[in-house]
Amino acid sequence: MSDSNTIVEGGQALSNSASSANSANSASSANPASPANSANSANSANPASSANSANSANSASPAHGEHPPYQRHHFETVDQQFDATNFAMWLFLLTEVMFFGGLFTAYLIMRNWYYPAFVAGSHQLSIFWGTGNTAVLIASSFTMAMSVWSAEMRRRKSLLLYLCLTLVFGLTFLGIKGIEWHEKWEKHHIPGMHYSVQSFVNPASDIEVHKQYPDDKPLPPDMAQKTEEYFFLYFAMTGMHALHMVIGVGILIFMIFRAKVGAYTTGHVTFVENFGLYWHFVDIIWIYLFALLYLISRH
Amino acid sequence: MSEQHEQAHHIVSPGTYIVILLALLVGTALTVLASYIDLGEWRIAPGLTLFWNPVVALAIATTKMMLVVLFFMHVKYSTKLTKLTLASGFFMFLVLVGMTLADYFTRAWGRW
Amino acid sequence: MSAATIVSLPDQSTARIPKMNFLTKENGLLSWLLTSDHKRIATLYLISITFFFFIGGALAGLIRLELLTPQTSLMAADTYNKVFTMHGIIMIFFFLVPSVPATLGNFLIPMMIGAKDLALPKVNLLSWYLYIIGGAMGVYVMASGGVDTGWTFTTPLSTHYVNTHVISTAMAAFVAGFSSVFTGLNFIVTIHKMRAPGMTWFRLPLFVWANYAASILMVLGTPVLAITLVLVILERAFGIGVFDPAKGGDPILFQHLFWFYSHPAVYIMILPGMGVISEVISTFSRKRVFGYTAVAFSSVAIAVFGFFVWAHHMFIMGISNYAALIFSLLTMLVAVPSAIKIFNWTFTLYKGSITFETPMIYAFGFMGLFTIGGLTGVFLGTTGTDIHLTETYFIVAHFHFVMVGGMLMAFLSGIHFWWPKWTGRMYPEKISQFAAVVTFIGFNFTFFPQFILGMLGMPRRYAAYPPEFQALNVFSTAGATILGVGYLLPILYLTWSLKYGAIAGENPWQATGLEWQTQSPPLTENFPEIPIMDHEAYDYEWLEKQNIARQQQKEVASVG
Repeated sequence: MSDSNTIVEGGQALSNSASSANSANSASSANPASPANSANSANSANPASSANSANSANSASPAHGEHPPYQRHHFETVDQQFDATNFAMWLFLLTEVMFFGGLFTAYLIMRNWYYPAFVAGSHQLSIFWGTGNTAVLIASSFTMAMSVWSAEMRRRKSLLLYLCLTLVFGLTFLGIKGIEWHEKWEKHHIPGMHYSVQSFVNPASDIEVHKQYPDDKPLPPDMAQKTEEYFFLYFAMTGMHALHMVIGVGILIFMIFRAKVGAYTTGHVTFVENFGLYWHFVDIIWIYLFALLYLISRH
Repeated sequence: MSEQHEQAHHIVSPGTYIVILLALLVGTALTVLASYIDLGEWRIAPGLTLFWNPVVALAIATTKMMLVVLFFMHVKYSTKLTKLTLASGFFMFLVLVGMTLADYFTRAWGRW
Repeated sequence: MSAATIVSLPDQSTARIPKMNFLTKENGLLSWLLTSDHKRIATLYLISITFFFFIGGALAGLIRLELLTPQTSLMAADTYNKVFTMHGIIMIFFFLVPSVPATLGNFLIPMMIGAKDLALPKVNLLSWYLYIIGGAMGVYVMASGGVDTGWTFTTPLSTHYVNTHVISTAMAAFVAGFSSVFTGLNFIVTIHKMRAPGMTWFRLPLFVWANYAASILMVLGTPVLAITLVLVILERAFGIGVFDPAKGGDPILFQHLFWFYSHPAVYIMILPGMGVISEVISTFSRKRVFGYTAVAFSSVAIAVFGFFVWAHHMFIMGISNYAALIFSLLTMLVAVPSAIKIFNWTFTLYKGSITFETPMIYAFGFMGLFTIGGLTGVFLGTTGTDIHLTETYFIVAHFHFVMVGGMLMAFLSGIHFWWPKWTGRMYPEKISQFAAVVTFIGFNFTFFPQFILGMLGMPRRYAAYPPEFQALNVFSTAGATILGVGYLLPILYLTWSLKYGAIAGENPWQATGLEWQTQSPPLTENFPEIPIMDHEAYDYEWLEKQNIARQQQKEVASVG
């Protein structure tokens, strides 16, 4: 496995950096492009590590000041910290994939069983708001990626701008969701809360939808009742998604405050990068939700 | 070690991001348009039909997802471990969905 | 039993517990409650899970007492339902799932790979807090009337027909589930990214491989349980209809989603135990584990295949015959890696120098009882046999053989094996060997009759049963009493040993493994300097050379 070679090389890198630090050679192999690290290896004219580097086995008890302030003590290098936390975020996203997976499974089964009800239910959703929301979320993914770029390029103002834009887009998305849900509330399409099948048993009674889809036939009562399943899945899936957005927005606000004081533009991009992964993931979930919930069949 | 350095160092340019953004928006428009057209079906066997609309919608959604994953989430420039992690996630999702649906789809086949 | 022993303790008249270790580093309640030291968190977990084990055990005692008579003499049938449900929930979610990973895994994995801590120490602490919160919610449920659906929450019973605390219990399991997810996530990142120089994948102790495989299951499987519980809560609270046939839902969907996690959960429970057994068998036969690669890969194979077999819990529930056929075939496959392990451990024993210290007695017990339990699992995996045996005491016996005869024995084996490392003191050998044997005898008396009861047709989860089954039930309860004694003794003598046990020194078992190259109890940062791994796993020759070199240099390995 390539990982095993990496670890052996890592051992080499550690002993190399100890000895190269002693020869005042700041080109540490562990982290070439990070100015913080070359400053640190210049610092390490440190008696403890010179004694230690005699035994190349012991290259990993750096005295304080040999590593950037944001490197935690149980990590040997900043790279290791970045890699580990990045990998941890990917694993967390895996758990989210499986979490949503249960809902997707339920959706696929119900859609297969009650297709006419799902079509009718889907026609109740506004393609305008749905497409708009999709565009908003895609734009927010773009601004989030630009935030990560800004952090990597150490541009504080640019980072702030893009984080704020991402926040604005995120809030816009939630606002539009709120509008859509409110609409459902008005029409009594929320399962478990005075649900009404009137629009499906008698499509003519629902004027705006009937104008868009004049060919929609009335559903028989038992199939009309199944639209409640469609809306349950609609609310469960978009609700779970919105919950993740709300958490994301909360963390974004925290990040904006931290970015303002320059926390992410000193080379420590980990938090922004990992949050970016989370945000993109939430976008991807929406991409699928849009296709599955809004676009069932509009012909 | 060099592979891991690539991830820390390969900074995707804003130009790439803009291209991906446009591709995603185009994909969204495409998928909306496609839903308004009846794309027909493929009768594989009696009782087994594949409708093209959902297939196209999912294909476009999957393409959009791959663009976000590869470029916005930097997976194109990531380690093999990251790619393997992603693949195993998809695989497990497919197992959950696929094997559960296998039960539902075969119920109608009746007894032996 | 052989009088030979491999224990090598330092001179008791001069030996002392090292002054500076992870237990003495800081004092005060907050230093424990806000710690990020994986060893302290492991200690917190050990205390917590022992607490829950005894609650679950008390409930088991109530079950066996009730089953002494064919009628519902001790409690009403509804109460009995609550007792076995809480017994299952506590034992599974609050004892077995975290048992080895959260205690031994947390304690040992960083040391075994040569790291200073897990990759995400604060997430580790969060894991423990989530566990405590989930556990507190579980205790609340018990105190306020309990839940009586069985630990499997089968719909539509749990969503429509009972008026007990289903929602609170589902929330408790949800929270505890995330504790498990974060532990697994931490382990995977740590094992991939924090190994010491020279510690390649195939030099890792097999305990690490086993926990790695279990962690994959935790990370990928538990979220599905989480969403399932959310759906149950929504169904119960709002009547959304996803599991309600009257509204178009399907109760079997619940079972698919529930067992998608709960089957891998049993592998989450057993794999770390198997890791312990690999370590113990190697040490007490003074031989490297036979077929290291096979055992390592079989752990991962169990994890992967474990995801493909869940519907074997649902053969009679209404799934299609074709699906049943596929799942049955896959179930046969998943038994193979487990069998490979048993064979490899047996070959490790062959021509080894075997001694019978307590961990080894538990390990022998494991091998025998797990084999029986695993075999009966294969019987249940065949659809034809399963139709006769499912929902009877055969199932109860099967899973207690693998979980109690297997996993719990492995857990006790591990606790005894690493006790000297954890506390710096040896447990008293004679009484612990006695307790191990008592446990083995008590276990067999308790659960073997249950196989027969199941074959004869006694259903599970029934407070009352036909009178012809009484004799075997009485036998089983008698065994349970003996088993209870066997489990009580360790609590007593292990606590005793904290003050009066012999000083263990660094490596009382003369075991290989990096954790034995450091002081007992370990320093907070585990190693004074990060070790370089330059030998294979289970390399007893290397250990010999190391000891000779030490003798020659008279190095002082501990601080203080």
